[in-house]
Amino acid sequence: MAETGRLAAPAVRAALRYGAITAVALAAFAAVLLLAGKDPLRAYADTFSYTLANAYGFSELLVRMTPLLLTAVAVALPSRLGLINVGGEGQLYMGAWLASAGALLFPGLPRWQLLPLVALLGFAGGALWAAIPGVLRAARLVNETIATLLLNYVAPLIVSYFIFGPWRDAQGSAYPQSSAFAEAARLPSFFDTRVHGGLFIALGALVAYWLIMEKTRWGVDMRAIGGNPEAARRLGLPVAAWIVIALAIGGGFAGLAGMGEAMGIHGRLRQGLSPGYGFTGFLIAWLAGGRPLGILFMAFLFAIITSAGDTLQITQGLPYSAINLLLAMILFIVLARRPRKAGK
Amino acid sequence: MTTPLISGVLAGAILSGTSLLYATLGETIVERAGIVNLGLEGILLIGASTGFATAAATGSAWLGLLVAALAGGLANLLFGWLVVSRRANQLASGLAMMFFGFGLSALVGTPYVGAVIKGLPKWRPAWLAPLPWVRNSTLFNYDLLTWMALPVAVLVWWALFRTRWGLGVRAVGESPAAAFAAGRSPGLLQYQALGAGGVLGGLAGAHLSLSLTLTWAEYMTAGRGFIAIALVIFSKWHPLRAVAGALLFGGAEALQLQLQARGSDFSPFLLEMFPYLLTILVLLAWGGARRLAAPAGLGRTFYGSE
Repeated sequence: MAETGRLAAPAVRAALRYGAITAVALAAFAAVLLLAGKDPLRAYADTFSYTLANAYGFSELLVRMTPLLLTAVAVALPSRLGLINVGGEGQLYMGAWLASAGALLFPGLPRWQLLPLVALLGFAGGALWAAIPGVLRAARLVNETIATLLLNYVAPLIVSYFIFGPWRDAQGSAYPQSSAFAEAARLPSFFDTRVHGGLFIALGALVAYWLIMEKTRWGVDMRAIGGNPEAARRLGLPVAAWIVIALAIGGGFAGLAGMGEAMGIHGRLRQGLSPGYGFTGFLIAWLAGGRPLGILFMAFLFAIITSAGDTLQITQGLPYSAINLLLAMILFIVLARRPRKAGK
Repeated sequence: MTTPLISGVLAGAILSGTSLLYATLGETIVERAGIVNLGLEGILLIGASTGFATAAATGSAWLGLLVAALAGGLANLLFGWLVVSRRANQLASGLAMMFFGFGLSALVGTPYVGAVIKGLPKWRPAWLAPLPWVRNSTLFNYDLLTWMALPVAVLVWWALFRTRWGLGVRAVGESPAAAFAAGRSPGLLQYQALGAGGVLGGLAGAHLSLSLTLTWAEYMTAGRGFIAIALVIFSKWHPLRAVAGALLFGGAEALQLQLQARGSDFSPFLLEMFPYLLTILVLLAWGGARRLAAPAGLGRTFYGSE
């Protein structure tokens, strides 16, 4: 009992702290909405009634949390080595792309073979895409921050090329998309909602991340490299290999997020699979300091906030991306809270 | 057939390169002062949206240009408040600025989607008109920002390398403690560099919406801010080398557009990847040599003299 009390207290304090930060940011964003001639109270009330106030709204939060958890782990894992992966968006698209390739090429496989294959390909797509900046960084040629950012712009173009070209739905739909996947490739959904098997993959990924970091030798090695790469090198750790592996595993998780969107939600490969889940995942991981419970909490919070983006779009005629302003304000407050001391 | 392609690419390179050059020059000043602003993409979007909205609302592209420059400068000062005054992490603050730009530009630009504006006026010097290969192309028919691009690059070079102010900025970028010991104020110089860089970033964005496309669309900068950050590395933090870089990348974009316009068999999606992949390739080729040229204090936080 005392044990859980000690564990719970910091978590509660952290939740309260982030709750307060969010409240300040919400107030600032409300001021901006007022300036734009919108009704912020109405927008917040609508968001609440669309999300937390009923069971279906709550299930939609879980739908939105699914990719956010995965893209957050995609950032958190490499960050333990001091690597900054801002490429979750591109890795998500490449995961969706390779998973779709599997679903379209082997539609005849039974479900127990096709689903694992598609999931594996989703992971591989993101992992291979993230391995590119990983190799470039490990060879000390290109900084991984700028490389992952640039590749975000390339991956959706690859998806577009395929859905406008070789994979285009032959059924004459005006909307550019791939043909529908075989039923066996679809992730099962539950309780007549859009909550799909990807949620369990995402929670599993979070647990796996925690296990790797806290309970294995690998986690110790990674943190050693993140703390002091030169010392780790002298200890004989394969630093370059670890850089590639950590980025690739991270990218694989983001790829699973893309696989989940394609196989769980859309049932096809489409443009615009992600309204910036990769970037939002970065914020979640960063604000949570890479802690698994923090990621879970922040992913839930950000699922609500990004739902507010939809509400703004539907009821207030604002673009979805206006919600980025609220995300930025939360970050500003966290960044500006207190000046860092030297050495921290 | 080949002559128009070459002149078309050249003219396009200069047009697309203009906004890249302003953005690169702005980031060069900022990085010379020891600060990386990964939020440049957001600054460009703020410039493009505020400039377009102002031009659409008032009918004056010049006023749009002014507002874009001010908005870019102010946004960079906000970034400065985080990284200089509050000593926040530069990379995280830059990404926060990127989100800020995504959101603010969407909010500002959306009411003006589809608005028709009169862009910046273009003109061609009369003495060039008699040349036949000039008359029939868009070559040398430019707006003020394009005509001023090269002079501004020289001005930035002069300010950074030939003035006392520039010496201070570069000293702060190399070693804030040394600059402080020499009686300069690192924080003030960094704010000044950020303000100047933000104005240039705002102009870069405004050139896209007020001259190149004459429209506003969400995320219309399409990663140019990140390409410009790469160009700073490519040009080894030197304003004049940035001109070559901006032309090269403007050329890549222009070639892609020209091939698309000519109905090439190549998929437009594959062509669109070209500038991003070229950026990575160029960073790759210059990867080894660039570290020597980087300001030594780049990305580090100065904690004062205590």
